[in-house]
Amino acid sequence: LAERTSLAGVQHILLVLSGKGGVGKSTLSTELALALRNAGKKVGILDVDLCGPSIPRMLRVQDSAVHQCDSGWVPVFVGQDKAIALMSIGFLLERPDDAVVWRGPKKNALIKQFITDVAWGDLDFLIVDTPPGTSDEHISTVEALRPYQMLGAVLVTTPQ
Amino acid sequence: AEVAELRARLRAVRHTVLVLSGKGGVGKSTFSALLAHGLAADENKQVALLDIDICGPSIPKMMGLEGEQVHQSGSGWSPVYVEENLGVMSVGFLLSSPDDAVIWRGPKKNGLIKQFLRDVDWGEVDYLIVDTPPGTSDEHLSIVQYLNATHIDGAVIVTTPQEVSLQDVRKEINFCRKVKLPIIGVVENMSSFVCPKCKNESQIFPPTTGGAEKMCQNLNVSFLGKVPLDPQIGKSCDRGQSFLAEAPESPATLSYRNIIQRIEEYCEQHHLQEEKIM
Repeated sequence: LAERTSLAGVQHILLVLSGKGGVGKSTLSTELALALRNAGKKVGILDVDLCGPSIPRMLRVQDSAVHQCDSGWVPVFVGQDKAIALMSIGFLLERPDDAVVWRGPKKNALIKQFITDVAWGDLDFLIVDTPPGTSDEHISTVEALRPYQMLGAVLVTTPQ
Repeated sequence: AEVAELRARLRAVRHTVLVLSGKGGVGKSTFSALLAHGLAADENKQVALLDIDICGPSIPKMMGLEGEQVHQSGSGWSPVYVEENLGVMSVGFLLSSPDDAVIWRGPKKNGLIKQFLRDVDWGEVDYLIVDTPPGTSDEHLSIVQYLNATHIDGAVIVTTPQEVSLQDVRKEINFCRKVKLPIIGVVENMSSFVCPKCKNESQIFPPTTGGAEKMCQNLNVSFLGKVPLDPQIGKSCDRGQSFLAEAPESPATLSYRNIIQRIEEYCEQHHLQEEKIM
């Protein structure tokens, strides 16, 4: 039974995956979010790349901070119209160059929190940007999102 | 007892170099492969290349060893040899099919990395090069931990010029400092592109914040050099051939060779200093 949780107001969830690093997952996630916003949709981006979070800089909100509210963490809202909601570990670092040197279990715990404890509100699309690989972040993300309506995955590559 | 086992196995390794990034797709595996080829060009040197990217092992393909299997002997797992003096180990050799996904959580990955160090019979090695996946997580913590049984000369950190890469690389530099891993220096790949037809130079990944050189100045880290973007590099990697051998006249080859030489010099000096201390 899916209780009224932080993802209850999200219509579609889309994962952006690759396997390979540096092919443009974060770039695509960002452009996809912006295109959907321009088409009048309410969009959220969940950045589960804990070691190399790129989305905040791509949306020029790298200096923003997240706040707490009654229903959990408030995502960072991007732009004048605040039509893109973003959550990333980038916002939780004391300094932008701090390395997140965590083993799997700690990463998994934070990813679960990002999914269940963020007040996403009503969104048409939640785009989930992932790190390269097929490991802890990917397993945990898919497991935590399984109760919800997952639209699917977009896979990104380069030609070689 | 575990540490003693690793120490014993790695006793015959003279130099160990980790190739790190933080950012994916910047050329760590490419660099590791070429560093191995470059060092192994000296037939008197015994080189070992260990690929600890468990989810995305690129080394077998880049070294032309796809489809090879690992054999067991009385003294442990045998590396796969490209040349008599260049042996390779990767999870890629343990997969039944090259497209099999290795969907493992951290602890299982750590277990395999430990096996690679404990059970592979590398023999006497002058240079052990360790290629890593992007990030600062299980694989990186584990390899530093396990290699404390021997010593690590240092890390070579690879990046591309744009800020989105440097952002992750600064974190990697901080990781190295946190775990007290010496940094040999930073390599900037895909620096510029020279058109083979008109010879015009373009910056495909503009260094909007000054590139690796500026970052190294700011962080007081050695800058080892820039490597231009040569489409032949990717082709050679796809075909499992050494780019250095296939394109000896390329400016990229010259850059790589200079950087490899600097790494060798660092390691030799490091060795001399250690001997002095002892």
